[in-house]
Amino acid sequence: MELISNLGLGFATAFSFWNLAYCLIGVFLGTAIGVLPGLGPVATIAMLLPVTFGLSPETAMIMLAGIFYGAQYGGSTTAILVNLPGESSSVVTALDGYQMARQGHAGKALATAAIGSFIAGTIATVVIAFIAPALSNIALAFGPREYFSLMVLGLVASVVLASGSLLHAIGMIVLGLLLGLIGTDVNSGTLRYTFGRFELADGISFVVVAMGMFGIGEILVNLENETTRTMLSRKVEGLMPTRADLRRIMAPVARGTTIGSVLGILPGGGAMLASFAAYALEKKVSRQPERFGHGAIEGVAGPESANNAAAQTSFIPMLTLGIPSNPTMALMIGALIMQGIQPGPSVISEQPALFWGLIVSMWIGNVMLLVLNLPLIGLWVRMIGIPYHFLYPCIVFFCVIGVFSINNATFDIWLMALFGVAGYVLRKLDCEPAPLLLGFVLGPMLEEHLRRAMLISKGDPTGFFTSPISAGLLFVAAALLISILLPAIRNKREEAFQEEE
Amino acid sequence: MTSNFQSKDFWAGSVYVAIGLAALVIAQDYKMGTAARMGAGYFPTVLSGILILIGLASILRSFTSKGEAVGRIQLRPLILVVGSTLIFAASVRFLGTLIAVPLMCLLAASASRLFRISLPALGALALLTAFCVLVFQMGLGVPLPILGSLFGA
Repeated sequence: MELISNLGLGFATAFSFWNLAYCLIGVFLGTAIGVLPGLGPVATIAMLLPVTFGLSPETAMIMLAGIFYGAQYGGSTTAILVNLPGESSSVVTALDGYQMARQGHAGKALATAAIGSFIAGTIATVVIAFIAPALSNIALAFGPREYFSLMVLGLVASVVLASGSLLHAIGMIVLGLLLGLIGTDVNSGTLRYTFGRFELADGISFVVVAMGMFGIGEILVNLENETTRTMLSRKVEGLMPTRADLRRIMAPVARGTTIGSVLGILPGGGAMLASFAAYALEKKVSRQPERFGHGAIEGVAGPESANNAAAQTSFIPMLTLGIPSNPTMALMIGALIMQGIQPGPSVISEQPALFWGLIVSMWIGNVMLLVLNLPLIGLWVRMIGIPYHFLYPCIVFFCVIGVFSINNATFDIWLMALFGVAGYVLRKLDCEPAPLLLGFVLGPMLEEHLRRAMLISKGDPTGFFTSPISAGLLFVAAALLISILLPAIRNKREEAFQEEE
Repeated sequence: MTSNFQSKDFWAGSVYVAIGLAALVIAQDYKMGTAARMGAGYFPTVLSGILILIGLASILRSFTSKGEAVGRIQLRPLILVVGSTLIFAASVRFLGTLIAVPLMCLLAASASRLFRISLPALGALALLTAFCVLVFQMGLGVPLPILGSLFGA
């Protein structure tokens, strides 16, 4: 059994003292920052990314993954306690979670979220261990044509499955692709869009883009509707769910995990879609759908498991294909490249310790979350209580220092400021910055594969359609785009994203 | 008929077209190459073209359907928060982090409507500055001066 020996390697890597320590630090920091209202996982990871620069690739990825699911879980805590979802995927959790908290069942809601996330995370980890190697074997046979088509599909899918205007999402992707071209062209050595600045010769660091758009840009948006938050209660009691509660959440957790695992693997899918779908399903199968929105425990258990499972399985396309399905995974890809690892199907065979260590550490991280979060809930509650006008100057500080430390250059701070303004203005125009980040990370790879593919086919673009895999991928992308333009499905999509109101 | 020119679609489209045109013009300085052997200018030209088309589509949509108007851009937070990072970038080598960090944070904080100088706020500021010096500069070795050239360091 190859799987067993691989997992053995994973356990050996993940259980080394430093990797365990950094996993714990990552989970802790991720949760601590994730609970802070107004700070999503993207901003959290971007802020903490510079901390991992000095670490080995395995340790850095293990820590980043820890930060990621820590932040994810922290976001749910905030959604339940103050009805302020830090990210789109915990919007659904806030619906019933906050109602439960208002009825005095905050502890039970938090425990449900923790247990659901743990079970979902465990199962999703197993799913990754089985599917990822198989998928990377298929992907190893991919040539530049297939890769190009796959990236197109990934970008299209991320647009279709996201909320908001289709036109603007595509516009932001193209804008991101263009931004990704800044720097030296690898083939000819031409400096492109550098405006004579030598600092731009290596391109813009994705940390600068992420921190500007998501860190600074989000602050500017948040400052617009500044309100004083009301915290329900400083004390959270009754953490342990009763046996009856456990019985009630089992089925929703199982359904949520299944939905999340499947949707997470899809390119462009991910946590948000999964939690919306799980909520809709729970409401549909429930015998008393009218309870939803008024503190139904199933409405917390299903979506929470789904978004955690999806968050976990979205690592699959990232690790095996090098394709990010959401901005968080785009950051992970950027981190891999910074560590000198080219993301793609060869990661598993060339970096087995990294790959399997990361998978095992995901499960360990989930255990840590469960063990850490429930006892530390008092601390998280105190952190949520920090007023935003105290908080955001600190975020500004961390962004500035973090961006500076990439290249030790103040030029990067100027750039980040520019992206901050752009992030704010674009948001005012309903152009969400998430697709831009995906395009930005994929830009150089997309161009490279396009060039190679066209070189092979001697400039004949029909080559993309004569290769069956490439043609199939492009067909799916086209079908997705067309389907969303059909009125019936379009309405359905709008309906699905309306639930948050 | 003012509403069309105030809509989000119109402005977003204009932004796309402007950036696309700029990118297209600049890309003409790079070698185009052929479809088989693409030069440095090929892909940027294609992307700029697509971006311009999307922009035009968005502008067109703003005239055919009634869109939302752009919300007010709040200049005060924009200038104070972004300005604080720029002032930090410009002054940190001269002032050193011991002064530049509190300066940046105070400036950024003043963007909030709830901003007021209080004892806990000043305490937090001192704590953050100490954190910067101890963790980032002494611990992680970020090469910024604690005391800048102003103090002859």
